[in-house]
Amino acid sequence: MLLALSSDQELFRETTAKLLDELVPVGELRRLREDADGFGTGYWRRGADLGWTSLLVGEHHGGGSISGAGLVDLALVAYEFGRHAAPGPLAVTNIVAATLDEAGGDRFDGVIKELLSGEAVATWGLAEAPPNDGLDSVLLDVRVEGDEVVLNGVKRPVESGGRADYLLVSGRTGSGLSQVLVPARTAGVSVSPMHSVDVTRRFSVVAFDDVRVPLDLVVGEPGAAAGQVELQAGRAVAIGCAEAVGAMQTAFDLTVEWAFDRYSFGRPLASYQELKHRFADMLSWLEASHAVSDAATAALASGSADAAELLSVAKAFIGDYGGELMQDCVQMHGGIGVTFEHDLHLYLRRHTLNRAIYGTPAEHRARLADIVEEQEGLA
Amino acid sequence: MSSTGTEDLEAFRRRARDFARANLGPASARTAAGALRNDRTDEEELAEVAREREVQRMLFDAGLAGICFPTEYGGQGLTLAHQRALNEELAGYEFPTRFQAPTLSPCAAVLLDFGTEEQKRRHIPAILKGEELWMQFLSEPSGGSDVAGALTSAVRDGDEWVLNGSKIWTTGAWWSDWGLCLARTNWDVPKHRGLTVFIFPIRQEGIDVHRIEMLNGSKEFCQEFMTDVRVPDSDRVGDVDDGWTVGTRWMFHERMLTNSPLVTVPVGFGHGGTGVSSLVAIGARDAGRLSEPVVRDLVGEARMLDIADRELRHRVGQGIATGVMVDQSAALTRLFSGVTATRIRTIGFEVVGTAGAAWTDEDGQLAHSADDYLMRQVSQIGGGTTEMARNVVSERVLGMPRERSLDRDVPFRDVPRGRPSSRS
Repeated sequence: MLLALSSDQELFRETTAKLLDELVPVGELRRLREDADGFGTGYWRRGADLGWTSLLVGEHHGGGSISGAGLVDLALVAYEFGRHAAPGPLAVTNIVAATLDEAGGDRFDGVIKELLSGEAVATWGLAEAPPNDGLDSVLLDVRVEGDEVVLNGVKRPVESGGRADYLLVSGRTGSGLSQVLVPARTAGVSVSPMHSVDVTRRFSVVAFDDVRVPLDLVVGEPGAAAGQVELQAGRAVAIGCAEAVGAMQTAFDLTVEWAFDRYSFGRPLASYQELKHRFADMLSWLEASHAVSDAATAALASGSADAAELLSVAKAFIGDYGGELMQDCVQMHGGIGVTFEHDLHLYLRRHTLNRAIYGTPAEHRARLADIVEEQEGLA
Repeated sequence: MSSTGTEDLEAFRRRARDFARANLGPASARTAAGALRNDRTDEEELAEVAREREVQRMLFDAGLAGICFPTEYGGQGLTLAHQRALNEELAGYEFPTRFQAPTLSPCAAVLLDFGTEEQKRRHIPAILKGEELWMQFLSEPSGGSDVAGALTSAVRDGDEWVLNGSKIWTTGAWWSDWGLCLARTNWDVPKHRGLTVFIFPIRQEGIDVHRIEMLNGSKEFCQEFMTDVRVPDSDRVGDVDDGWTVGTRWMFHERMLTNSPLVTVPVGFGHGGTGVSSLVAIGARDAGRLSEPVVRDLVGEARMLDIADRELRHRVGQGIATGVMVDQSAALTRLFSGVTATRIRTIGFEVVGTAGAAWTDEDGQLAHSADDYLMRQVSQIGGGTTEMARNVVSERVLGMPRERSLDRDVPFRDVPRGRPSSRS
């Protein structure tokens, strides 16, 4: 999280943290384990009232940011989501709202309003079934037929696919990409739940079998959505990284606390040099994760030329080093660290989830190699 | 520059840009590769030192030296934001690398913190003008990490002190001018309470500078032998026997390295830039391996680490400057950059294939991979080991219990300094 927040941002972050403390303490997260959606409508509306879903949307559509850089403000919410392992489709709802606002024209005003109020939830389908679940493989077919579009293909994993009222679907039209906002109850759409590594985040397989919707549900021009898809993926990475860093912060804090409290051989764990040195390494990874996450978010928010590079650095670094940090926190706890009873796994899960979606560390390292090659003129 | 306020940042930036374009040559590829390569003759080294003195003087005359140093000592009295702007505007140009660390920080930084008015007026302008290159006389052959266990002795003789002992790991002492030295002045008190800091010219009778050959043939590091070196009491920094107060700040400045507001480091230069990972990619290209997926993964990792290191430095620098982080957090960047530089060197070796074992003079970037790899631990040793940084982070940042030490509350002369000789 940013070191220097404006007083408005700090108030916003703190209000979000308090609401999460109140509505989704760990006991509630454990209860939601059995809930089909993983979150309640009342909870989501309270957050929407605070502004969780409005930050990326322009003021003429009823949105607005705190600082002028909506993504930076949203990263504060995401960080608190990670710190609390909080439920709810934060990234996808915001991404869809932003895209409708930027690329949708006026015909989506009603949908945007529903999303901002928390009345409705939207999700985004990008990845497809393995082996087509990589960052750059979109195969779902979007065909224009007169004043309709026809969708055929499968998206997975789709976050909150079973709960969402609207599905923004990225598909292929010829050699270009198209995006269509499909109402969830459209004929030919079938949703089946998947198993998820997270306690409260739900994912689905969403199949589109000759799904026909009016042409005006295409967001932007058919075949011309590649830039918007890339922007959405960047936002997903930024939000996911902020969440992952929040989860790392909580796990680290819990483990430092434990190291002072837990005595072995008559002395606290925190007094053993071998363990102290590992804590030092972990803190360096944690602070570096904060740093790259914030830098990537700021770069994307301002449209900086190095945004793609910083996003891939953040996603790869936080995925790999954060994963090591999380598992070392488990190791420091010993057996209790791998029980369901202990809270540590709630944060480990959230980090693990975000590591695997929107590009694995290896995929982002490959992107970085492409960037280095181009920068150095080695291609 | 207005006399009533700070120079406008954009005006400053334009001034720096105009100066660089008009006066500076391009950065050499050699500096981007980092220190300690055995790739230049003594004559070339001395020519580079002379050029850097010249460039430092040009910066001074242009009002671009000592951005965050007070104006009364020849600095500009500007802010960290101005220093960052200068770093950006100097990107890609030659600059006086050898004046940054240790001359400007920690040496000049320590003088600013603890020097007498006379010392500051004499030395800081001279440093900023390129007239004095400084070295740290800190580590000793008897112990690198245990700095407070210094054995170099200083004995008072009237208005003077007489120094005897040996210091080691001074980079480039053979072309440097002044030394900042930690010496023992009292052997009858515990180790931290019997130290004092002195300054003196390096080129004088009684100081013998010996150049150490590193395993790759580099002779940048030196060891000095001091025999009855006489230092006037007016060249003492801080109080007698209070050298550890000075030493603690000294090591803080050392850990800040290129993150210090007192130091100029063009964006993209060596540490803190992306220069090293670019060399990794160029090495892979020269080896014909850049298209291999495994090599691309490693190239991507190197770039990731380079940028993570840079961003961590920004964050910690900002955190310390604004008081959000304790000063000792500087050890976080020291630790992280040491470990990541080691990893990047390993990657650089890995991607060049057999050229890591044997190469020809025509192999370009490949030729240095093996030496860089053999020397890779330097980044975790020089400037305080990463183990010491981990102690600082865990004990001073996280507040964990300190290591037990057997030399804390006993007179230093009674502290064991080696394995007891066995009687047979």
